[in-house]
Amino acid sequence: MSTPDPTPGSGPAAGPGETGAGTATAEHDVLLDVRGLKVHFPIKKGLVFDRTVGHVYAVDGMDLQIRRGETYGLVGESGCGKSTFGRAILRLEDLTEGQVLFDGTDLASLKGEELRRQRRHMQMVFQDPLGSLDPRQTVEQLLLEGMRAHGMTKDRDAHERLTDLLREVGLPRTALSKYPHEFSGGQRQRVGIARALSVDPQLIVADEPVSALDVSVQAQVINLLADLQAELGLTYLLIAHDLAVVRHISDRVGVMYLGALVEEADADDLYEAPLHPYTRALLSAVPVPDPTVEDTREQILLVGDLPSPANPPSGCRFHTRCPWRQETRCDTERPALRTVEIDGVAGSHRVACHWAEQIASGELQPHAVTVSGVTDPTLTTHDDDSALGAKDTAYPTTDGG
Amino acid sequence: MTAQPITSPRPAADGAGEALLSVRDLTVTFGRGRKAFRAVDGVDFDVYPGQTVGLVGESGCGKSVTSLAIMGLLPGRGNTVGGRVTFAGEDLLSMPADQLRDRRGRDVAMIFQDPLSSLNPVVPLGVQVAEVIERHKGRNRSDAQQEAAAMLKKVGIPDPDRRLKEYPHQLSGGMRQRALIAMALACEPRLLIADEPTTALDVTIQAQILALLKELVSESGTALIMITHDLGVVAGLCDEVNVLYAGRIVERAQRHDLFATPRHPYTGGLLASIPRLHEERGRRLTPVPGSVSDNIPWEQGCAFAPRCANAVDVCRQQTPTLVPDRDAVGDDRLLRCHNPLTANPVDDTPTVEEDAR
Repeated sequence: MSTPDPTPGSGPAAGPGETGAGTATAEHDVLLDVRGLKVHFPIKKGLVFDRTVGHVYAVDGMDLQIRRGETYGLVGESGCGKSTFGRAILRLEDLTEGQVLFDGTDLASLKGEELRRQRRHMQMVFQDPLGSLDPRQTVEQLLLEGMRAHGMTKDRDAHERLTDLLREVGLPRTALSKYPHEFSGGQRQRVGIARALSVDPQLIVADEPVSALDVSVQAQVINLLADLQAELGLTYLLIAHDLAVVRHISDRVGVMYLGALVEEADADDLYEAPLHPYTRALLSAVPVPDPTVEDTREQILLVGDLPSPANPPSGCRFHTRCPWRQETRCDTERPALRTVEIDGVAGSHRVACHWAEQIASGELQPHAVTVSGVTDPTLTTHDDDSALGAKDTAYPTTDGG
Repeated sequence: MTAQPITSPRPAADGAGEALLSVRDLTVTFGRGRKAFRAVDGVDFDVYPGQTVGLVGESGCGKSVTSLAIMGLLPGRGNTVGGRVTFAGEDLLSMPADQLRDRRGRDVAMIFQDPLSSLNPVVPLGVQVAEVIERHKGRNRSDAQQEAAAMLKKVGIPDPDRRLKEYPHQLSGGMRQRALIAMALACEPRLLIADEPTTALDVTIQAQILALLKELVSESGTALIMITHDLGVVAGLCDEVNVLYAGRIVERAQRHDLFATPRHPYTGGLLASIPRLHEERGRRLTPVPGSVSDNIPWEQGCAFAPRCANAVDVCRQQTPTLVPDRDAVGDDRLLRCHNPLTANPVDDTPTVEEDAR
């Protein structure tokens, strides 16, 4: 990216100054520009009067730009805030802080009717197609509802458009009079995609679009998404946990950990030369459907679980589980997303790690991680116990392949 | 491969001789009469001590029902189970319920897919884990609690003493799955059935759990039946892989052979439809067309024929049988297909590039 924002936490205070930076990225034709986005959910307690006792820092300083016509893949484990981010940029969640510039309009400042009209340009495809489609509406009603809300049934023959939509997503015409339960999982997801397409959006946020589907059907939907993009010039934000799927269809990939990006790069660069320790661990954890690779490859096993987003670790969010963690900086200073100067690494490759260069050159070697200080998602305090790190347990820290 | 029937192709030299579990012609039918649905249709396989057998297939292929039938966990009504399941010489299917209860949890244990719904939400974890130990090892409550704590520690749960007092909802998904594995392993079973043990988990946690299972098998010689839809998991863990489709095994091969030369068009289709991390981007995925609802009944031919690119006329007329695959390179492969694949659909088989990382 040509505008690496040095401070991931920069809020809207920096707004006016950054409009200049925004034009610098115009050469890439940025459709969606997110700056310093934060979404915090209050944790309430109390019987009569709610007291706010803390916050879940679901999205905590996200900066990312999506160019028109590209597919941006956002990956991360469950609980890292990727779905909240997807919902937040459509303003389905209230933003705590930050800007979402969609085609130049700041969505964070929109309200009511203006926001509703803006929503026509950005649509969502949900993970669970059965849960996100009204079981008592036929496909025709489902598709027409959104179009009617945006006044699209008046100006042209709506039924012609419905047939076109169904053809585009590969469903028969007869599907119009059917109810969601009459379809198989893959077909339902096609209906979900048709619904999103019905209002002619520019951006589609697909939140785990294929993870509920069987493998053989997954491929059908992935191909469909690719075809639709080629045909209609859509821009995708693809949120998924399956790294292989994301790599397959994304142009650029961002890796999220506890509410913020830790690494962002073109898909090939990211998978060929992951710089952030978390990305490396994530990639090495993906099971490969090839026994020869599985037998020989080196796996970086992370210890413990994702820390609680209500009580994120200080400094680098990943330092509690990081096999490359250093004594200095890691636990005190939060690394910003920055470009690194390493041979063979593209300029668009950004990483949030203090030691990216040293790790890439092999100067720093991974070490065993003890579990102390790792908080699991349900607990805020944790006693010291080295069960995970101890060598005599059934639980290896790193598997040296 | 001496006097054994073709259904047990594993050379005796590999295992400890006798199969630990032998499933013969297992058939599970739900419902009766015209509405009857055969979820599992004559499944045969053997599991030897220390061996990991994979059952792979998509939802609805009967893999979970197979495991439930083996464990005798199918509901008492509404289904008919046929065939034989022999565990260490005893027939599990005809065994009286009280004897079966003695075996379950002690000799044969199971890990379920969703750890939250398979743990009792209103009982502390310690009681649940200790229960197995009390029941099968005859320990008293406090001894059992201590053993439970040791088990939790073994599967990598930090601070087990405190965890024992906690309820399932207080644990993360990975922790819950570990607790479930601890329960399953508490009595050192000889056979472990893992039904999609990592499907609900994140990749990094999945890697932890798979490493744990791998170590258990290699250390304690526990036999493992791994039920999964994820070919990646199979590639790293299983010795022998059975691919199921519509309730029948359509292909069986050793792990390396299966991935190197898939013979059944369905196996090939599965392999070709998954995106891979180690290949050129932009390869168009070749999905298996249609869905399971397109199947024809096995009695009329090959159930996969309507979705199969290799289908020939005979596929819709004659039911293929599971026979040794003589043309294949592997020595102990079974195949149920009239017109098998001759070339790997994933031509650019990924090479070992991982070392460079």
